Amino acid sequence: MKTESTLIRVGLAIYLLMFFTYLLGPLILMGITAFNSASFPQVTPWEVLTFEWFHVLFNDKRILNGLKNSFIVGFFTVILSVAIGLAGALMLTQIWPRIRATYYTIIIAPILIPGVVLGISTLVFWDRINVMLGFSDDSFLHNGIFLTVLGHSTFISSYCMLVFVARLQRYDVGLTEAALDLGATHVQAFRKIQLPFLMPAVGSAAVLAFLASFENYNTTTFTFQKYPTLTIELAQKVRYGINPSISALAFIIVCLTVFFALVHEVRTRRAQLAIANGAPVGAVKGGFEMPKFFAGNPAAAVLALFIAGAVATIAISQVYDPEPAKAILLKEKRAEQKKRIEALQERLRAKRLQKQFKGPDIFGSGQSKVPQPPSKTPFGNVFDPGNLGGTDPNAKPKDAKTPESPGKGTFGDVFNPGSLETTTGTGDDKQ
Amino acid sequence: MSAGVGVDLQNMWIKFGDFVAVREANVNIKGGEFFSFLGPSGCGKTTILRAVSGFLDPSDGKILIGGNDMAGKGPNERPTALIFQNLALFPLMKIWENITFSMEVKGAGKAERQKRADELLEMIALPGQGDKLPSELSGGQKQRVAIARALCAQPDVLLLDEPLSALDLKLRQHMRTELRAIQKQVGITFIYITHDQGEALTMSDSVAVMKAGVIDQIAGGKAIYDDPSTAFVASFVGENNVFRGKVKSISKGYAVIDTNRTGALRARMATAVKDTLKPGDDAMMFIRPEALNISDKKARSDTRIKAVVQHSEFEGQAYNVFLKGSEDKEMKMSLANRGETRLYDAGLPLILDYDADRAVALPAGELASE
Repeated sequence: MKTESTLIRVGLAIYLLMFFTYLLGPLILMGITAFNSASFPQVTPWEVLTFEWFHVLFNDKRILNGLKNSFIVGFFTVILSVAIGLAGALMLTQIWPRIRATYYTIIIAPILIPGVVLGISTLVFWDRINVMLGFSDDSFLHNGIFLTVLGHSTFISSYCMLVFVARLQRYDVGLTEAALDLGATHVQAFRKIQLPFLMPAVGSAAVLAFLASFENYNTTTFTFQKYPTLTIELAQKVRYGINPSISALAFIIVCLTVFFALVHEVRTRRAQLAIANGAPVGAVKGGFEMPKFFAGNPAAAVLALFIAGAVATIAISQVYDPEPAKAILLKEKRAEQKKRIEALQERLRAKRLQKQFKGPDIFGSGQSKVPQPPSKTPFGNVFDPGNLGGTDPNAKPKDAKTPESPGKGTFGDVFNPGSLETTTGTGDDKQ
Repeated sequence: MSAGVGVDLQNMWIKFGDFVAVREANVNIKGGEFFSFLGPSGCGKTTILRAVSGFLDPSDGKILIGGNDMAGKGPNERPTALIFQNLALFPLMKIWENITFSMEVKGAGKAERQKRADELLEMIALPGQGDKLPSELSGGQKQRVAIARALCAQPDVLLLDEPLSALDLKLRQHMRTELRAIQKQVGITFIYITHDQGEALTMSDSVAVMKAGVIDQIAGGKAIYDDPSTAFVASFVGENNVFRGKVKSISKGYAVIDTNRTGALRARMATAVKDTLKPGDDAMMFIRPEALNISDKKARSDTRIKAVVQHSEFEGQAYNVFLKGSEDKEMKMSLANRGETRLYDAGLPLILDYDADRAVALPAGELASE
């Protein structure tokens, strides 16, 4: 019996570990890569602890511009979607019961329609309107922010509506009737009674709308015009090669999310604690005594730790200078590469000797015809059978010889862990 | 205080599609009266209340409040205040804000509202509780806050929709007295909806008994109890022993009814049917349990019933004795507890009698299902 329960417990622990690794592993790995000096987001080989990717991020005009556009779009999408969603949900409670189901289906349909379709249709629809009204091509109907906000709102307002419907189901219509009975107008009854009741839902709908807008890509692709949002910028960046500044951005977003989640949790728990201790609800809003507050509120403790960690990280970043360590690493790398090149040249010489014995290569492959095996294409030598003997096929003599010319816009250099000159290059830009 | 404003329902019908919720209601409620609508659930009494407060329009007929036709006026334009069954206190507002909501929507200042709230809290015996939220109050306290909130609107007519049904028995009895006292104090018209005949009888000046959308009788509590106008009222209000039969003869306001199982019995004819009940009609005779006595042997033969005790209950102030008469006719008798030690054991044969004035003869009709 006892061993059995231990087994179950161990099994459960392993399962949980796997589950959370699957869930959070990518986020943690990404967070770590933001602090590695390697020019490609990677954890191993670990080079040098650095904060330079945050500098790179905050100096990246395109990312910052995308972020700004995302916030503008998010802001207006929140306003529009919450308003439409609220109106839709209220309508659902007022409409004749017979057509309620149909109405509901229609209003949640946008959630089921692919975002790509919504994006294209938004673009086409407003373009037609523009033509019909006889406006010029650069009218506001063709404005990227305008189109993106409308495109997002088409389906995000349905999300918002679902949030409001859930809240409205718990609303006692008697409260509105009571307000009317006491002499309130319909507007007053809504504003003073129903809206305050819906406020929590307004909050969650707004957060939901903002996040949905912020992370949307497929609708935005068609509508952004001259105003690329963050997701668009990131996608374009990835096409031309990514560096850990994106990890840095992800790290910041994850930290903010954790922070707000913790703040929310702390507040909820505080209210629960106060009520459990028999405190009147009104008193919960007041200040709190520190020691008592932490006791029995693990979320508060975690929050405090989290803030301490953030402060410590920022402090370290101010005093820590990765340059000496980087210089040492660079020297080591160069030495290593030199060794490899020598080894490679040694091998090539041996091969050439061998070939002289064997005669013409039966496969007719490039290696026999090209005297200098590291080909000029960045990928070439990776797949070159001639490199199979080496531990690291990416150690390209050509690159190593010309560290001043970092990968000229090719994919290969970006994905090449060995191309450390990109690192130094960026570092130089920064300085 | 003021004489109060009366409410008149004139030939009012309320229909929902084909369903008739209220049929031809004619009610005249005098100003300052405590008026109750009493009936089983689903009889249309709440519908009447909602029509009076303006949440739905009558399909036909008129509602007059203080002589003014209320047609086309919304609930916020009528001089009524409704106390909801679930009270409908605003959960996010403090008690004092709840109470003075009617002033807030009219634009009264905070200081003025707080002053009025303090006065009303004093009146409902909850001084200093104004800053709490409704969720922090007990059921009885919420009840009183709801009353204060309605009174704050200074209505001419206060409508109450089974406001005590959610309270426990002790509190309910206490609130009955309190409601009556508040009504006397403020002097406005109260219209009270209930399915509890105890509430209706104890508090009301007048009671309207309803059955399936129809008002059967409007009268004072004592008249409803002692002189019902239909078989339904007789069976719904209080307990009654029912004897079915045919009218055998009629003389001087009394009818002799040839009951199916108990033989000929004499009863006073109800006021409402004095002139309509005729010999040969199907009839019912009602005798309250407390009107039955153990015979002193001087009683007339047509007010005597033979029966055997089945079992008895001791209720404190009375014994309830359950009996079986001829052909297993079931009866209940209530005997006041006067300190005697006599026990009514099963199988004890008894001869019962009653005062013919306390038995009521009515035409046969539908009985309350309870």
